[in-house]
Amino acid sequence: MEAGAATAPGPSAPPRGAPPENILLDVRDLRTYFHLADGLVKAVDGVSFSIARGETLGVVGESGCGKSVTAMTIMRLLETPPAEVVSGEIWLNDQELLGIPETEMRTVRGNDVAMIFQEPMSSLNPVFSIGDQISEAVRVHLKLSKHDAWDKAIDSLQQVGINSPERRVKQYPHEMSGGMRQRVMIAMALSCNPKLIIADEPTTALDVTIQAQILELLRTVQQKTGAALMLITHDLGVVAEMVQDVMVMYAGRVVEQGTVEEVLLQPKHPYTEGLLASIPSKGRRGQRLNVIKGTVANPFNLPKGCNFAPRCPFRFEPCPDHDPRVDDPGGPPAACWLWKPAPGYSVAPRVEQGARTASGGEAQIP
Amino acid sequence: MTGRAVDPTTEAVAAGEAGASQPAPDDYEVSLQPLSQMQLAWRRFRRHKLALVGSVLFGLMVLLAIFGPIIWPYDPLDIERVTKPGGNPPSPGEIFGTDSLGRSVFELVANGARLSVAIGVVTMLIATTTGIVVGALAGYFGGFVDSSLMRFVDLMLAIPFLFIVLVAARFFGSGDPLVLMLIFGVLSWPGLARLVRALFLSLREQEYVMAARAVGVGHLRIAFRHMLPNALGPIIVSATLLVANAIVLEAFVSFLNFGIRSSDISWGTALARSQGTLIQGNWWWPFFPGMAIAVTVIGINFMGDGIRDALDPRARA
Repeated sequence: MEAGAATAPGPSAPPRGAPPENILLDVRDLRTYFHLADGLVKAVDGVSFSIARGETLGVVGESGCGKSVTAMTIMRLLETPPAEVVSGEIWLNDQELLGIPETEMRTVRGNDVAMIFQEPMSSLNPVFSIGDQISEAVRVHLKLSKHDAWDKAIDSLQQVGINSPERRVKQYPHEMSGGMRQRVMIAMALSCNPKLIIADEPTTALDVTIQAQILELLRTVQQKTGAALMLITHDLGVVAEMVQDVMVMYAGRVVEQGTVEEVLLQPKHPYTEGLLASIPSKGRRGQRLNVIKGTVANPFNLPKGCNFAPRCPFRFEPCPDHDPRVDDPGGPPAACWLWKPAPGYSVAPRVEQGARTASGGEAQIP
Repeated sequence: MTGRAVDPTTEAVAAGEAGASQPAPDDYEVSLQPLSQMQLAWRRFRRHKLALVGSVLFGLMVLLAIFGPIIWPYDPLDIERVTKPGGNPPSPGEIFGTDSLGRSVFELVANGARLSVAIGVVTMLIATTTGIVVGALAGYFGGFVDSSLMRFVDLMLAIPFLFIVLVAARFFGSGDPLVLMLIFGVLSWPGLARLVRALFLSLREQEYVMAARAVGVGHLRIAFRHMLPNALGPIIVSATLLVANAIVLEAFVSFLNFGIRSSDISWGTALARSQGTLIQGNWWWPFFPGMAIAVTVIGINFMGDGIRDALDPRARA
């Protein structure tokens, strides 16, 4: 606790107490650090966001930017140590998840919040039949009999569009393809009617045609059940298709947050703009692909000021020394000194110019 | 292509058969007629020739242990006429020969099977249960639980095994086979605990374990219902070795007269009785109990290998 308090600049204290009725998940100033032999990694460093009931939030960012750790922290699935949640609050309805005991958390997992993992190939236990795995969740939470749970498993398989579920339910994971297994994972997640589904790159391991099917499936089940969805992905195409709100993460921090139109059409943060520009497109055949220069900041040794400063094309004087993190939800749209006055500056450059994107011009949507 | 065209009738027959035996799949994915997991396991086991041989051998020994004493009861007063000073050598009437007093070695072996096999199996059960529980808890929970349990295991392994077995057998034994089983069991679990811990350490990182936690499954249930079945292969092999080791150990301890009382018949006591007689050249007296031990141990080891391969759900059927 000391380490976190000492190294993190104290942000303005978030309001205490349960969030309003329409907010399902409210994460406030979450910091998850890993104490490793090589040093301290601030995997998640002051992340705040909320998801309204039935809404979809997309979380995007490069590998290692803290997307999955955020999700795991919400589920409290990280091992402590090495992980430590240094500060923050996670409100699910009127329940604060970080404060409740593990036994109580177990009734939240799978029941109120369900998670879909990236690797359908390894997320199912090879020694259990599909039916056993789905009905286990149901039996743990809904306290159904073995027989009823089995029927429920068949039901859920039907829901996720698996043909002849009565036969499939008896099969083992190795008898199914990747797409099928991901459907099974979704069936498992849905079986207890969760209020929130966290999907951690659910389509990354699948081939493109199956990806579309799985996304479509996620969308329909979400509409049917009214569950909220937190969709973690690094595919901006998926974001454009699936979500209402987007949160862009970089090196453990939220750099930009907004509706999907705002973020994709008028990217405020140079990192978001870089991400958008690096999507390959048919029209630019023969040219070099756009990349964001440099590599993700070394997690053991983050820059003092803005984490993105070393790679940023718009870097100016305050960037290397001053941290532009967004402290309050109503504040500037991006954690960037282009959009809010840096210490010693009276106005922010882009605000002064009346620009709508980070580069000041039109957004470079491929 | 031409090869296919040559014989259209066979193809039609084959297609007809396939159509009849298997309903057309009603979704896009290729699906085979599902076999139950036990059927698959049995199929894999059958293919393992050595394992079949091993199970037949061990099976025979178990049958001998159960029915041997009933069919060929050992009667110390049933004495044959001894024609040679060290006892009669094997002959058609007494296939394993006799001891110096004219008592049948075959009856000795047949009756000894019961105690020897029982000691092997019970020791294995005690050691495996303890080893699995200790190893699983250490590997799953890690941290303090792990280090305290494993330091205890280190301590157990640091004591010279044969020494402690003999001392314990002398102190608590008093020749009771049950106590001997308990002593063997309590002293042979640490190796298995280490194995189970190592297996659990790697299984803990599997995504399906995370997935099970994400569904809200409790710790103990994850450890023993989700992870343990995945670790069973190596555990079974190790358990079969424990049976074999315990049988050998009993023979050894009894041979030194530290084991079960010499009036009880086991392969070990049978060997012990042959002490000092080898010099007279009557090889059959220690040979047949020794062979019984060897055949059982080899049979068990082959069988364990086969079971391991058969139970692996990822193995090709």
